[in-house]
Amino acid sequence: MNAALRWSIPDWVGLSLVALGALSDWRLGLVLAVWLGLWRLNTVIAASGSTAARYAVPAIFGLTLLILWEMVVQLYDVPLVILPAPTAIAARIADSLPILWQDFVQTFVKGALSGFAIGCSAAFLTAIAVDRSSFLQRGLLPVGNFIAALPIIGTAPILVMWFGFDWQSKAAVVVVMVFFPMLVNTVQGLKETTAMQRDLMRTYAASYWQTLFKLRLPAAMPFIFNGLKICSTLALIGAIVAEFFGSPIVGMGFRISTSVGQLALDMVWAEITVAAIAGSLFYGGIALIERWVTFWHPSHQK
Amino acid sequence: MLTRVLPVFVVVAAITGLWYLACIPMNAHQSVTDLERAGEVVVPGGAAERRDMAGVSLVLQNPAAVQAAFGQERPRLPAPHQVGAEIWETTANKRITSKRSLVYHGWITLSATLLGFAIGTVAGIALAVGIVHVRAMDMSVMPWAIASQTIPILAIAPMIIVVLNSVGVQGLVPKAMISAYLSFFPVVVGMVKGLRSPDRMQLDLLTTYSATRAQTLWKLRLPASMPYLFTSLKIGIAASLVGAIVGELPTGAAGGLGARLLAGSYYGQTIQIWAALFWAAILAATLVGLIGLIQRVTLNRMGMAA
Repeated sequence: MNAALRWSIPDWVGLSLVALGALSDWRLGLVLAVWLGLWRLNTVIAASGSTAARYAVPAIFGLTLLILWEMVVQLYDVPLVILPAPTAIAARIADSLPILWQDFVQTFVKGALSGFAIGCSAAFLTAIAVDRSSFLQRGLLPVGNFIAALPIIGTAPILVMWFGFDWQSKAAVVVVMVFFPMLVNTVQGLKETTAMQRDLMRTYAASYWQTLFKLRLPAAMPFIFNGLKICSTLALIGAIVAEFFGSPIVGMGFRISTSVGQLALDMVWAEITVAAIAGSLFYGGIALIERWVTFWHPSHQK
Repeated sequence: MLTRVLPVFVVVAAITGLWYLACIPMNAHQSVTDLERAGEVVVPGGAAERRDMAGVSLVLQNPAAVQAAFGQERPRLPAPHQVGAEIWETTANKRITSKRSLVYHGWITLSATLLGFAIGTVAGIALAVGIVHVRAMDMSVMPWAIASQTIPILAIAPMIIVVLNSVGVQGLVPKAMISAYLSFFPVVVGMVKGLRSPDRMQLDLLTTYSATRAQTLWKLRLPASMPYLFTSLKIGIAASLVGAIVGELPTGAAGGLGARLLAGSYYGQTIQIWAALFWAAILAATLVGLIGLIQRVTLNRMGMAA
């Protein structure tokens, strides 16, 4: 503990930076001092190496960024149209909960979730369907890998033209975006079993479907969940960006683009906060189910 | 060779075939209307009666609509050869300085992509080196770097453009910043993994040589991280391109493949949208392929090729 509290050379560099900043502009000095102080606190906590530190350090770091953001905006009078302060964003979120909820339902529940469900199950069923033909697999894997790397988001204007402005077109964009990553992951996962394991199933005289359900699908689960996790992020992006090409007067993408037009940046940031929370929860939820389904996988065992 | 190429060829041919087939019902309403205007007898006369009919049943009642589906000026779904012709027309037959040339628009997008990719990669590697060496940095930044990948960053791209526009930053830089941001996190996460990939034994060996931390970094950690770096670079450059395209959406007129997409969607020029889309796809494939090539050459020379 004493060793951690002793001042070291980087600290003197930091202190002189603060002094220099304070000499040129007291506000800069203040910001630098707060940064250095909280960073120093983090260094000390990190050096302790306890389990609590694993949660405290990132939390303090996030908080530090928020405090610095607030300080910079307040001290330098940054106008709202460039960067709203975190407190202003929080106030906006508290004020417009009904609007945010409507947008959330329109974009996330109707657009992203339905598209995610349709796209992922279609990809899964396709993977099962081509599973018996190694010819089709060898054809589909490279093509699927190729398409998964393309800027598929560009199909959004076409699909909005076909399916209209409402959530159906957003769901369609999400379906197209998630299909190939999911397909590639599932096909790869179904190849995961070793010859030994498959031979064992044959000595049991297991049928194709028994082998599939009892051996190969469970073995494919880590890959399938990896695909689902990738797709969860893609789904939200697809649903929001598709709304830039036309939408009813509700939805997160619609709100972001109109609020940018009105220079109501606090509303934009409020939507971004909602999107970030929704995206993290969606991802976290899938990760939880994964842990429950693939409890046997080495990466989940201590 | 044949066992690898033939399946891919068959799948691509099947997709193209399905595409041609899909054109017929997708464009049926327009083709029947065109036939009626040309003076032919069509089964339900008048566009109003046909509006709610499915495309398939319309084609079944008017077989002539099949032929008319492939040559329309603004089809709902253009046929592959129409898209191909448009790409050829706007790539090879236009001067590359012309605003109608896709080479011109592609270059605008590509320059933003490459600038952003370079910034994002350099910053990502720098942060990864810091994370590996400073414990507090690792514990502070890594959870946020991983969490930030679950956030739809792309959705705020238009906002960044508009905000930077309002403070006077225009043109290449705002788009490049979005590209940089998108390629930044994959590089950080991949490089941290790569710089940590040397095992205990190798690190101990360098300790017995009394190597400094800088020497360990240059002679062991950086070379060992190369396979990881190239994998993240491939993800990063694809993300950069998507970022640059989405970044072009709100500024509309300024040019670039994203602007072509948006203009096409405003004026119903479907063939133009598809052509821009394919150009973006070719660009993405070329960039990823190029990095793959550099990867193979580099890893071969380092003796690390798989």
